[in-house]
Amino acid sequence: MDLLRFATAGSVDDGKSTLIGRLLYDSKAIFEDQLEAVEKTSRDRGDEYTNLALLTDGLRAEREQGITIDVAYRYFATPKRKFIIADTPGHIQYTRNMVTGASTADLAVILVDARNGLVEQSRRHAFLTTLLRVPHLVLAVNKMDLVDYSEEVFESIRSEFAAFATKLNVPDLTFIPMSALNGDNIVTRSDAMPWYDGPSLLHHLENVHVASDRNLVDVRFPVQYVVRPQSTQYHDYRGYAGQVAGGVLKAGDEVVVLPSGFSTTIAGIDTADGPVEEAFPPMSVTIRLADNLDVSRGDLICRPNNQPMVTQDVDAMVCWMDSASALRPGQKLAIKHTTRNARALVKDLQYRLDVNTLHRDEAADELGLNEIGRVRLRTTQPLFADPYGRNRTTGGFILIDESTNRTVAAGMITTAE
Amino acid sequence: MTPLDGSGFEYSMSQLSLLEAESIHIMREVVAEMQRPTLLFSGGKDSIVMLRIAEKAFWPAPIPFPVMHVDTGHNFPEVLDFRDRRVQELGVQLIVASVQDAIDRGLVREEPGGSRNRIQTPVLLDAVEKYRFDALFGGARRDEEKARAKERVFSFRDEFGQWDPKNQRPELWSLYNGRVFQGESIRVFPLSNWTELDVWQYIEHEQLELPPIYYAHEREVYLRHGMVMAVTEHSLPRDHETVFTALVRYRTVGDATLTAAVYSEAVTVRQIVDEVSVTRLTERGATRGDDKFSEAAMEDRKKEGYF
Ligand SMILES: Nc1nc2c(ncn2[C@@H]2O[C@H](COP(=O)(O)OP(=O)(O)O)[C@@H](O)[C@H]2O)c(=O)[nH]1
Repeated sequence: MDLLRFATAGSVDDGKSTLIGRLLYDSKAIFEDQLEAVEKTSRDRGDEYTNLALLTDGLRAEREQGITIDVAYRYFATPKRKFIIADTPGHIQYTRNMVTGASTADLAVILVDARNGLVEQSRRHAFLTTLLRVPHLVLAVNKMDLVDYSEEVFESIRSEFAAFATKLNVPDLTFIPMSALNGDNIVTRSDAMPWYDGPSLLHHLENVHVASDRNLVDVRFPVQYVVRPQSTQYHDYRGYAGQVAGGVLKAGDEVVVLPSGFSTTIAGIDTADGPVEEAFPPMSVTIRLADNLDVSRGDLICRPNNQPMVTQDVDAMVCWMDSASALRPGQKLAIKHTTRNARALVKDLQYRLDVNTLHRDEAADELGLNEIGRVRLRTTQPLFADPYGRNRTTGGFILIDESTNRTVAAGMITTAE
Repeated sequence: MTPLDGSGFEYSMSQLSLLEAESIHIMREVVAEMQRPTLLFSGGKDSIVMLRIAEKAFWPAPIPFPVMHVDTGHNFPEVLDFRDRRVQELGVQLIVASVQDAIDRGLVREEPGGSRNRIQTPVLLDAVEKYRFDALFGGARRDEEKARAKERVFSFRDEFGQWDPKNQRPELWSLYNGRVFQGESIRVFPLSNWTELDVWQYIEHEQLELPPIYYAHEREVYLRHGMVMAVTEHSLPRDHETVFTALVRYRTVGDATLTAAVYSEAVTVRQIVDEVSVTRLTERGATRGDDKFSEAAMEDRKKEGYF
């Protein structure tokens, strides 16, 4: 059994909670006591039927406000796969949640209401999905029951979205007509839409191939922690622990350690369960090197003929996530990139992007909460980075305000020189 | 190399390997960046899994932090025995924060009814202050309860140990922000993405030893509010409650006065996995008296500084 992480997005009332509730319910991830609580709440609120959407309504503050304000994680499994859903709310101001949920997703499901077709938010969700390089996208055309399961309605939404998607960089796009309320095309193919010959949503989620989305070409091993047991048995042991961020490492491989640039070979790859011949993403392993080099946390192990950029000048798309402050040129922030911590100076805000129209506002002088723009940073130490499109681990970073310690932004490296 | 999950694709990993790799990464991150971490170890299955992951994360070095148990004084003796043996095997330091001791010192007062669940929190916070811990590993999972579904892996607590759902840091990719000012701390949940079934499958896969009460055994029990409660020195039946003998096991092993058993014949992990795969009640709903009071009970307790 493997694992698929997916994010869901949609405008308010498109049926996202109903859809998730149905997936959990039909895959038996809902327990009786949870269902009981929901039935009770439904009755208390005077709902006519048990509102499956309540299954995913988290905190009381939100229940009172009646909106979902943060990313919630849900779990279910079928015999084929375990699923982690990042349930991101569709409310207008919550770009930040969508970005967070999409950052780890293998796939995104964007819901639209068949009656309304594409709306501004559908485009925004699709854009954010591609900005975060989610490799697979599903456009779920929901509430088909309210348009008489009409093929024309579905087709017109499909072609409109397909046209829009060519402007984005969508690697794998699937369209599924459905009714979350009635369960059409959710778990099984629906008889109500004989004209549709694609998979049900669950079938697609179970079968979409994700292991190959990981970068197995560029060897990248950010050193996380140096293991040096002070014991007689492992007296001379010195291992570099970390999680593989790219490529396949093998014992005997020639490698280079950055920033020193020294080369050596991999003497062995250890785990507590014994040595392994190969390590690939996202395995957590401990690497021993043939030579005694001075390697510490924040260094990066790669191959001599395939190295990341080593740079203090970083160009990136940045999403600002803090409500109490804004990004402005001249500002200094802490940056965390792989296992490396440094400080960064905002040199320049090149433009702010309107996520609905994709218009670039070059006159912008700041990025506020939920705004995205292209930024140039100068860091106090070199980063070992790849373009985010090539590697989501070595291409992503967060910015931290040192006066509050809050995480204020997420960044995706475009190029750096 | 052979595929880890039989998928036929060479470089894929099973869900358990993926979860383990993520949890190891989280633990190493904390040890690399925080000053004084500790791991909350109760002898319960989630903390046993967590301790195993800590063992793996730093191997062949020993676990580089102490473990702590908040002892309500109402624990099952089998669990305490197990706890002591396990820490000895691993050679880690055990810190016991005792609720009884805190009652005797006047730090907390026992609530009417004798429940010590709420008063655990100040005892925990007191120990955190005393040892100046800035990171506490907890075994909580997001699938346990609604209020946890939005919990971060790194959950920020202010200098009063309080959790403010509105003041949590966005978590992207596998980049965690553990920065704190003096007195503040981070609760870290390395098992956030695990489900109860994953935990059991891992226990089976790793052949982890558990306290015996996790397996079906005969016990004197009585029914309270529909829950099967054990007769122990801390949890005696009331007059109208009839005691009978039943074959039961525990799904969680907290405070004996609050933790209920379930009827079961499962005496091996495999049998438990089979039972868990078809069970229709959450762990907490079935067996934790403490969360039943209100739907928002957990949320309130977390705000006060509970895990
Ligand atoms: N007719 C119909 N109604 C739906 C469908 N999916 C959701 N709804 C209804 O649309 C409303 C909003 O759904 P909800 O899941 O709360 O939307 P969310 O805001 O996207 O989470 C509710 O009244 C649902 O019952 C569907 O497929 N068909």
